[in-house]
Amino acid sequence: MAEHAAVIGIGQTDFDAKRVDVSQVGLIREAAERALADAELDWKDIDAVVIGKAPDMFEGVMMPELFLAEALGGVGKPMLRVHTAGSVGGSTAIVAASLVQSGVHERVLTVAYEKQSESNAMWALSIKMPFTPTMVAGAGGFFAPLIRGYMERSGAPEDTGIRVALKDRLNALKNPVAHLKLPDVTFEMIQNSPMLWDPIRYLETCPSSDGACALVIGNEKHGRAASRPAAWIHATNMKTEPTMFAGRDQVMPKAGLECSEELYKKAGITDPRKEIDCAEIYVPFSWFEPMWMENLHFAPINEGWKMTYEGATALDGDLPVNMSGGVLSTNAIGASGMVRFAEAAMQVRGQAGDHQIDGARKALGHAYGGGSQYFSMWIVADQPLQ
Amino acid sequence: MRDVAVLSYAQTPYVRTERVRNEVEMLMPIIDEVVKKAGIPRQEIGFTCSGSTDYLAGQSFSFVMAVDAVGAWPPIMESHVEMDGAWALYEAWIKIQCGEVDSALIFSFGRSSMGETAETMTLQTDPYTMAPLGPDSISMAALQARCGLDAGLFSERDMAEVAARNRRNALTNPEAQLAGEFDVEALLAAPYRVSPLRDHDCPPITDGAAAMVIAAADVARDVSDKPVWIRGIDHRLDCHQLGSRDLTKSPSTRLAGEHAGVSSGKIDIAELHAPFSHQEIILKNALGLDDDVRINPSGGALAANPIMSAGLARIGEASRQISGGAASRAVAHATSGPCLQQNLVCVLEG
Amino acid sequence: MSEEREPVTQIITPVRVAYTYTPGIASERFLRGCKEGKLLGGVCDACGRVYIPSRGACPRCAAPTSKFKELSDQGTIITFCIVRVPAANIDVELPYCTANILLDGADLSFTGLIQGCSFEEVRIGMRVQAVWKPESEWDYSVGNIEHFHPLDEPDIPFKDLKGYS
Repeated sequence: MAEHAAVIGIGQTDFDAKRVDVSQVGLIREAAERALADAELDWKDIDAVVIGKAPDMFEGVMMPELFLAEALGGVGKPMLRVHTAGSVGGSTAIVAASLVQSGVHERVLTVAYEKQSESNAMWALSIKMPFTPTMVAGAGGFFAPLIRGYMERSGAPEDTGIRVALKDRLNALKNPVAHLKLPDVTFEMIQNSPMLWDPIRYLETCPSSDGACALVIGNEKHGRAASRPAAWIHATNMKTEPTMFAGRDQVMPKAGLECSEELYKKAGITDPRKEIDCAEIYVPFSWFEPMWMENLHFAPINEGWKMTYEGATALDGDLPVNMSGGVLSTNAIGASGMVRFAEAAMQVRGQAGDHQIDGARKALGHAYGGGSQYFSMWIVADQPLQ
Repeated sequence: MRDVAVLSYAQTPYVRTERVRNEVEMLMPIIDEVVKKAGIPRQEIGFTCSGSTDYLAGQSFSFVMAVDAVGAWPPIMESHVEMDGAWALYEAWIKIQCGEVDSALIFSFGRSSMGETAETMTLQTDPYTMAPLGPDSISMAALQARCGLDAGLFSERDMAEVAARNRRNALTNPEAQLAGEFDVEALLAAPYRVSPLRDHDCPPITDGAAAMVIAAADVARDVSDKPVWIRGIDHRLDCHQLGSRDLTKSPSTRLAGEHAGVSSGKIDIAELHAPFSHQEIILKNALGLDDDVRINPSGGALAANPIMSAGLARIGEASRQISGGAASRAVAHATSGPCLQQNLVCVLEG
Repeated sequence: MSEEREPVTQIITPVRVAYTYTPGIASERFLRGCKEGKLLGGVCDACGRVYIPSRGACPRCAAPTSKFKELSDQGTIITFCIVRVPAANIDVELPYCTANILLDGADLSFTGLIQGCSFEEVRIGMRVQAVWKPESEWDYSVGNIEHFHPLDEPDIPFKDLKGYS
């Protein structure tokens, strides 16, 4: 990398099913203002803006960077809009980081958001296309068969997913901005919740949330000058493979395996399980935790479920995962990837409050999208990469 | 900053309606062409970035299908902007500046014919205060033209002359959609489409795609004896509310031009992304271009306006002028949003 | 005297955009095949793998699928799920079983509806057969196949299916 870049400000909105108290603009500014306040900066200190969100049809606004120009202090500045499906929050953060790493800008504001209540996400996700009637029942209908494939390969116990959901839902209780909070949640409650797309149950699924996440990313000078500790970006990576092609392993996508392998190499990490203190990863359906543990090289193939079973991914485990409650507790689709990246940064800055992992110095942020084909990841730490 | 060059550019023949091929089938041959011409094996291209919009394709996640045309196996580093390919080029240029990759493939596509383009562009406007009024892109451009006429910045004749010149230039462009000799008097005698714009002042509806390969200097020099250098590239945004800005000027174009270094040398040709005739005049003024700069040798957006590629095409066409020896220094411009709201300026040199 | 009213928090602004879709060369070939009761797979010009339905390219090679091959309407279940919640684009009575089915001769599976057995009987490796609508109802659509039902043939072992899931 040419220049060091660091996260010097983080802001998340209060996530909820319907934020009727704010317009889209208000929602985005809530996150942006929190990030600027955290960075002790003002709008004028920002050189460029990068926004990211999922399909425009969710909110019914085409190319929203245009109408958000004034709202995000973008007038007279460069403004980019990234869209890489579900991984977009992550890719957006990576593009923003690259504007700093390239030496072109010193301080960049990046915001990822979704206000699903203002459109009809269900409709936008399943527009009846002529010529291609499909029997794939939405995201759940697409991923459930893959999860079944994982269960078959790994022999994982049937309740592995329930254990993940329980952990994430308990973690969410410690996160002030999380959307879905079930103070009475128990293993049985999850187990007894309706089966949606066998083997995925209702309480093993993410909610639909309105919300936004914002980061201020600065160069080395600003990272060192920041009054609060910076989260130094050690490495970023993005990898894509086509959705469907002959011989594709959709359960354990090669794009993910390679993305993480290269990421660790760039960050000088040789033993990810030991050297990474915690991880925020994109788990919209509970079973993705064990699957991603393998995809991220934290566990051998077909053994990722053991990490969940052994409690390794719990807050007091050796590799806590989704301390924030994860996507299972909050899913504003466009924002979720950036929330993962932000929560990882919060951990190494010591600002995660009740869901802080003591002594976390190096963390992984991960996002994926499409048919498990787009991956974006980053490693952040409390010191710049040597 | 690393020196980066355009190694190759290709575009589909621009047509009113592509009825036979889908986007993947349109992209495969031009991506193939542009990669071969660049002389870098596909697997060695470090980064891929595309530009497109769901609202042209009429479906969510429409960019995903385009990955099929790229050969993303083994997996590739790839990204996408929901913007004109010119901004995908910018993202790729930044990636090369970071030192992570040395080369990139950029592409963009769109089939405007599928929907009702001018009305669809209404959805770019503020959903609370503007979109419900239904301002389509032609009407908004007409407002801007009216402002310019009233301010005495140009006349309807000036606009017709821009249209005639672009379509005459297009005669030498094999991929252009609208080309021909048009008599200015005859153009002016035609009725208004949306006053004060006549048909000739407006862009055609175009289906098309474009692709480009760029690379850092050491790679570029290895594979090409005629790299076209990107000497500067920048983009800026004006405010969105039409009533909050002077529509007869384009401050974001001027600013982007300054940052891209337009005035640090003599400009031979300018490819300006002006979908409406009067906009070419506004852009020329914003960039401070002399009368001796040849504008839009390709015919510009008035000859073919493949939305999502029209901006990238200006950069591609300018690069062709340089590599073909017709120019040594060029400025290329791309725009997005109503009435030239967002603008990208790129300075190229042979 | 002022009237207390609820603040306006949302407005509904209906948007309607009409699109004309065209399927593309490969899709058109496939759809014409469906009309004739044939399942045509697109063959990659470069690697020879067979895609059904083909969208025009073999994504591995970024090469066109210019030639077509008629495939059997029998296949193997690669994986499946039981759907218990409605999806906007699917008009089937709940609950139902969908499966990723690898047709004999194809190199990529597609999703189809499984009927004709209990959910407990559906398994990875099960052999299935397409059940077509009456010929008089055939259109340019893979929807001419109503569902797949079990074939009385031995299962394909899981280890032989690894490359297709």
